[in-house]
Formats: sequence, C-alpha cells, structure tokens
Amino acid sequence: MSSTMSDSLVIARRNLIRMTRIPEMVLFGLIQPVMFVILFTYVFGGSMKIGTTTDPDVYKNFLMAGIFAQTVTFATAGAGAGIADDMHKGLIDRFRSLPMARGAVLTGRTVADLVQTALTLLVLAIVALLVGWRPGYAEPTNFAKILGGFGLLLLLGYAFTWIGALIGLSVRTPEAATSGGLIWLFPVTFISSAFVDTSQMTPWLRHVADWNPFSATVQACRRLFGDPGVSQSGAWPMQHAVWASLIYSVLIIAVFRTLAVRKYRRAEG
Amino acid sequence: MPAAIHAEGLVKTFGDVRALDGVDLDVPEGTVLGLLGPNGAGKTTAVRCLTTLLRPDSGRAVVAGIDVLEQPDAVRRSIGLSGQFAAVDEYLTGRENLYMVGRLYQLKAKAAKERAAELLEQFHLADAADRPTKTYSGGMRRRLDLAAALVVSPPVMFMDEPTTGLDPRNRQQLWEVIKNLVSGGTTLLLTTQYLEEADHLAHDIAVVDHGKVIAKGTSDQLKARTGGERVEVVVHEREHIAAAAGVLTGFGKGDTTVEEHMRKLTTPVTGGAKLLAEVIRELDARGIEIDDIGLRRPTLDDVFLSLTGHVAEAKNEENDEEAVK
Repeated sequence: MSSTMSDSLVIARRNLIRMTRIPEMVLFGLIQPVMFVILFTYVFGGSMKIGTTTDPDVYKNFLMAGIFAQTVTFATAGAGAGIADDMHKGLIDRFRSLPMARGAVLTGRTVADLVQTALTLLVLAIVALLVGWRPGYAEPTNFAKILGGFGLLLLLGYAFTWIGALIGLSVRTPEAATSGGLIWLFPVTFISSAFVDTSQMTPWLRHVADWNPFSATVQACRRLFGDPGVSQSGAWPMQHAVWASLIYSVLIIAVFRTLAVRKYRRAEG
Repeated sequence: MPAAIHAEGLVKTFGDVRALDGVDLDVPEGTVLGLLGPNGAGKTTAVRCLTTLLRPDSGRAVVAGIDVLEQPDAVRRSIGLSGQFAAVDEYLTGRENLYMVGRLYQLKAKAAKERAAELLEQFHLADAADRPTKTYSGGMRRRLDLAAALVVSPPVMFMDEPTTGLDPRNRQQLWEVIKNLVSGGTTLLLTTQYLEEADHLAHDIAVVDHGKVIAKGTSDQLKARTGGERVEVVVHEREHIAAAAGVLTGFGKGDTTVEEHMRKLTTPVTGGAKLLAEVIRELDARGIEIDDIGLRRPTLDDVFLSLTGHVAEAKNEENDEEAVK
C-alpha cells in the first residue's frame, strides 16, 4: 500500500515527540551503557586475558565493540515496552480502527527507536574515545570502515527492536515487556565474543558463541574498527563476520517483522 | 430507511465464554441505538466486532453498506470509534493528537492541520490545544477522544461507554455534544451501563445480557413492558402508614408495598395525574399528613431488573475481559 511510508513516518514522528516529552527516558538509556563502559574498563580491564595479554589497554580497545553491540540490542526492551503501553492504553485500538497501512504502527515505532539508538551510539562513541578507545589500535582502518561498523550496529539494533515489537504485542503490561525484552538478552550478549576472548571458553560454549548472531556483529565491528582481539575461530560467521552480521540482521527482520505484523493484525487485546 | 449498521448472528467466544451468543442488530441511518447492559454483557465485544478490531467466530455485519469481514479497510474509512478508555497519546498535545489521527485517515498535512484546529475550537479545547493531554481533566480527554473519532466526519460512529467515570457536569456536556452530532445526521451506536444515558440519547435501545440481545425497542416500549405507572407516597407519621395503605389500595390496581423505615408506600395505578389529585384529596380528608407524593413511571432500572432478574451493576468488565482472554 502506498500509504505505508507516510503512515510509518507519522507514527515515527509521534514516538519521537514522545521521547522529547520524556527526556529522562532518553537520559537513562544513555547512562546505562556509559556506566558499562566505565565499569568494564576499570573493574575488569586489568584481569581480562585477550589472546596472550592482560594489558588493560588491549582489553579497553577490545571491549568497545562489545558494549556498542550490547547497547543497540537493549533498544529491544524500549520498543517492547512502548508497544505494550500503547496496547494497554487503548491507542492500538484507535490505530487499528483507522484506515492506515498495516505495518505502520510497528514500523514507525522501530524507526523512532532507531533514531534513539543512533543518538545513544554517538554519545557512547564519544565517551569511548574519552576513556581511551583508539580505532586502528591493532590493524589499520579508515573512516569509511568505521562508519560501516556503526551501520552494522544500527542494523542489528533495528533487527532486535522487531523482536521487541513481537514481545510487546504478546505480553499484558509494559512492565512485562521491559523485563521480557531484557532477560534473554543477557545470555545472548554474554555467551558471545562481546566481553571475553571466546578461545578461553569450554569448546561447546565457544561453539555457541561463535554462531551467535550477536558475536558476528561484534566480530565485524572489531575488524572494521581495527580493534584488537579479533576471534581466530574457524567458524563461518567468525571468518566472514561482515556478511554474517548482515545476513543475520536481515533474517531477524524478515522473520520477526512478519510475525509481529501478523500478531498486530490479529491482536485482540 | 436503510440500516447503517446491520449485524446478524454475531458469535464470539473467548475460551469457554461466549461473549457474543448470536447478536442481531439494526440501526437505521441517522438514528442512535443504545446498547445497554451490565459489565461483561458483551457490549464492548460487539463494538469491537463491528469496528473491525475483532473477528467474530460466525455471523455477518454490514456497516455503512460495506461488509465488515470482507472489506475491513473500506469500513475503517467510514467509521469513527471513541473508546471506553480515552485513547489519545498522553504525551502529545491535543493538536498533535488530532493532526496525527487526521494524517492516518489519509488527510494531507495541511487539511489535517486545519481540521485539528477546527475540532479543537468546536470541542472547547482551543485554550488547551498545545498542552500535553496528560494535563487534561477527564472530561477534556473524553472530548478530545470524541474529536479524534470525528476527524473525517464519518457517517457511522461507535462510542463505547463515552461517559463512564465522568462527573455529572461533564456527562451533561458530553451529552450535548453527542446530541449535536446526531442532529447533523450521523448514525450512532452507543454502549452504556447508565440507563439514564440510553434514555436520554438513544432512539432505540437493545438490552444485552450474557452475549444476547434480550429486548429491543424504544425507551417507552421497554418501560411499558414492565407495567404502567405507580403512585409513591411518603407519610409524615409512622402511625399513618396503615391508614394510607388503605386509601392507596382503594385506588390501586395491585398490592401496595410498604417500606416501613422510610414511611414509603407504592401502588401500581392507571389514570395518571387526575388519579393523583384524587389520592391527595382523599388522604387530606382523612387527616393523613404527607411529606411527599408522586406519580412514578418505571425507570430503565426497573426494566432491566424485570428483564434479567438482576440489577444492572454487576462485576468489573475490564477484569472479566482479562479473565476470559
């Protein structure tokens, strides 16, 4: 339908206006990843072994791609809570009674979340640079590659907000959507190459981490940013991380967008 | 006159509960149907089926001449829905809310902006137009919700308990708004658990209980079904109750009921005001002092009670609906 685009933009605009009216939400969304950067850098920094070194400087540069990726996936909870809140307050009923494009309510929400994620990433990158992250620390890089890395991060974040949308449509309350949107992210982001060198893991866990879609984006970013600690694993997603990251994200969008839009159309909440 | 809303045999079950158990409705163009029933009777489910929000398990519905199940999108262009819970975005201003709804009804940006300004004026919200609706009173929020349903002046409107939770003053105001709307030719289906509201606004009333329409008709027709009028007397002295009962039974067409503690007597009668005057003269002649006397016509409360055998206020619908899902 031709109105899909304009309807989605109307809804995205509405969600962005909301964000400016609840600035504390945006602020808390920023504080959390900044806190992670500082805690991981200074608390774990001296005791983490990357390859054969425990140099805190190496860990710091290793860590950032992982924190960036974790931060973008946390947008899942925001998207889920927002949509659950709309259901709860009766706004979804209003939208569903209007002659608007079917997927627009969800697309608009995920696009608005993407804007917020981009803003968060920008602030986070500045903080990372301030605490000593240096792109090109291990391997040479360039501006285009760095931008490409952030592009993959945004795509991953966008894909995960569709998982959040489905969760938001499936639960009864915004509170449930927040916790339901976060709980499973901890194993997903921790059983990965985000915070530790996977070569130190037991083989079966390492296998899971190597094939974790989340690891693919982290690995791709490390390659593009020229960060240290790139996984030497022979697993396909680790060897072809940029492609793997793209394929995983597009697949997640295709599957979860379909499921969420179907659920929205049938929502009987 | 053709029916603007037509439903036949609507059935919708949630688990074991038949929320709609074969509902037939007809609302002629330009009229108001009041769907009256206690909480959990199926009123909201009926509205949700007719407004494309819910797919009935079986049955057929035609709204504004369009089949609801076959062309839900076309139906959405012709209806306005105002919900039980004021469905406006609380963080957006009144103006932003109406503009958004206008755009989603596929109005162009300029038209949506102009229409929003017009509606804000019409619903006395112009002063609050640029404040987030979070700061609005309950009445203002309902008016905005109603305005949102009217953005494209749809020929058919659905209002699900439009005044639930409003104070009497705000309810009166909203009634005026609704009356104006209907005088402009809009067809309206209105659900309510306030019998007074249905009496006040609706041409026809359908009484719903346990997912079924148990009675249909005008307010007067329904009242006639519960029997005619009655005289109510409150005597001044408790000692006079027996004597007054004697007088009333003489005029009455049935048994006199006595509420001792209130010193109140009620007798079914026929004969209207003329009879009332005779009763007063007779009581006076016997030296029975009265505090109050009146001719009472049955209220819709009485109608409801006689139709369903239970009072119109039951359980909390929201919890009920949650439970059945």
